[in-house]
Amino acid sequence: MSAPSDLRFTKTHEWVRLDGDVATIGITDHAQKELGDITYVELPEAGDAVAQNQPFGIVESVKAASDIYAPLDGEVVERNESLLTAPDLVNASPYDDAWFIKIRLKDTAQVEALMASDAYDEFADDSAH
Amino acid sequence: MTTKASSTKPNPADLNRTPLFSRHQELGARIIPFAGWEMPVQYSGIIQEHQAVRNAAGLFDLGHMGQVDVSGPDAMPFLQWVTTNDVSRLADGDAQYSLLPNPTGGVIDDIIVYRRPDADGFFVVVNASNRDKDVAWLHAQRAARSDLDLTVRDISPETGMIAIQGPLANDLVEGLSDVSLGDLPAFAWIAGRIAGVPAMIARTGYTGEDGFEFFTGIDDVVRLWDALYAAGSRVGVAPIGLGARDTLRLEARMPLYGNEMDDAVNPLEAGLGWAVKLDKGEFVGSDAIGAMKETGAPRRTVGFKLTGRSGSARSHYPVHCAGREIGWVTSGAMSPTLGENIGLALINREQAGVGKPLEIEIRGKLAPAVQVKTPFYKRDR
Repeated sequence: MSAPSDLRFTKTHEWVRLDGDVATIGITDHAQKELGDITYVELPEAGDAVAQNQPFGIVESVKAASDIYAPLDGEVVERNESLLTAPDLVNASPYDDAWFIKIRLKDTAQVEALMASDAYDEFADDSAH
Repeated sequence: MTTKASSTKPNPADLNRTPLFSRHQELGARIIPFAGWEMPVQYSGIIQEHQAVRNAAGLFDLGHMGQVDVSGPDAMPFLQWVTTNDVSRLADGDAQYSLLPNPTGGVIDDIIVYRRPDADGFFVVVNASNRDKDVAWLHAQRAARSDLDLTVRDISPETGMIAIQGPLANDLVEGLSDVSLGDLPAFAWIAGRIAGVPAMIARTGYTGEDGFEFFTGIDDVVRLWDALYAAGSRVGVAPIGLGARDTLRLEARMPLYGNEMDDAVNPLEAGLGWAVKLDKGEFVGSDAIGAMKETGAPRRTVGFKLTGRSGSARSHYPVHCAGREIGWVTSGAMSPTLGENIGLALINREQAGVGKPLEIEIRGKLAPAVQVKTPFYKRDR
């Protein structure tokens, strides 16, 4: 599946949807496919600070545990509680139902440096080989 | 996202491929480097494949595993010397799980020893990751025992190996076989033809299900795979990768070399005392294993389940009890059958016992666990 054109992306396979100064963050379809069956998700709580390029959460598949990186600086305003009980949503709906956290940004201009969908598709394609 | 298990990427040119490599590609497998081979880790997904084996049957490419022929008049006394189990208990056509011990009572590899049905000799199946080490060890032991008359030969390059495992396996294979398999007991093998392909048909496997492992000439293995897949895919038989192979064997509490045992773990600590027959006479490491039997193994391998919501316990995670580190996790996973986090751990014997608590250190936090009976999964007979 091509990455949605309204999102921005990181080289560590997270996506960002910007709405005012709030960014919704998840992992890409490419990432969930690479991981395989997701069995566990660990997320920060509302009020926690996240820092750009630093891990903010964990996803586990049957095979391995992986860090999820914050694409931007900000403070968590909401986390997706449904992922805690139904981690397999990440496989089923990576861009919609399986968002991870929403953060209030310190600096919305940081978004500009993230990849657009076409650049990400190319990047993900290369990293798959 | 970055996966924590870091590994150095081998040069693909150095990796071997089994004759079934193109089949795996056609089936959409994800291929990974494993023990020097490019092998499928998953096709449709680990959980789906796991359940296919539990509920229908699964097809496994085991072409990476090693096979060693041990034959000659003194093949049996030689194997009595280099393995822990009692080879003299094998009738023609029987097989047994066994270990290659080292002189200090550690484990070089875990193996299956097959006694040939109609010839004076044995066939030993070894792990892919240990094949070179095992073959070198067996040749060295052979050279050291100039009193014995036998030959040891690595026949892996000319031998194909695949398995079918699961409740549908028996009827499916019976339907393609020119020999009757209904009376073939577990841990026995016979020669036959499956869909016309000559094979040794063994009722062995590593999943906790009934099923078969097949040994063929290397050039016949694709034909056998195709026949089994063509007949099986109509009834839900799926190809199975290394990922589900690992969760299947863990639920059945089958040990994995490098996890539950290695050069520094005694079989008695790994819970494999049943595969060690000290009463058969002297063998490599028998003094060390016997001495440990006298005093009791200081460490035990126990099964556990995590009782809270947490990530999975994984190999090498520390195990704590009452504020002290008492061992480590040898294998762990989310069990697809149980939907719970299960694992095996090597811990001090004082804290071992079904029902006793443990804490597993997962990324710096202690997750509560309880020791449980194993196997975690046992099929209905």
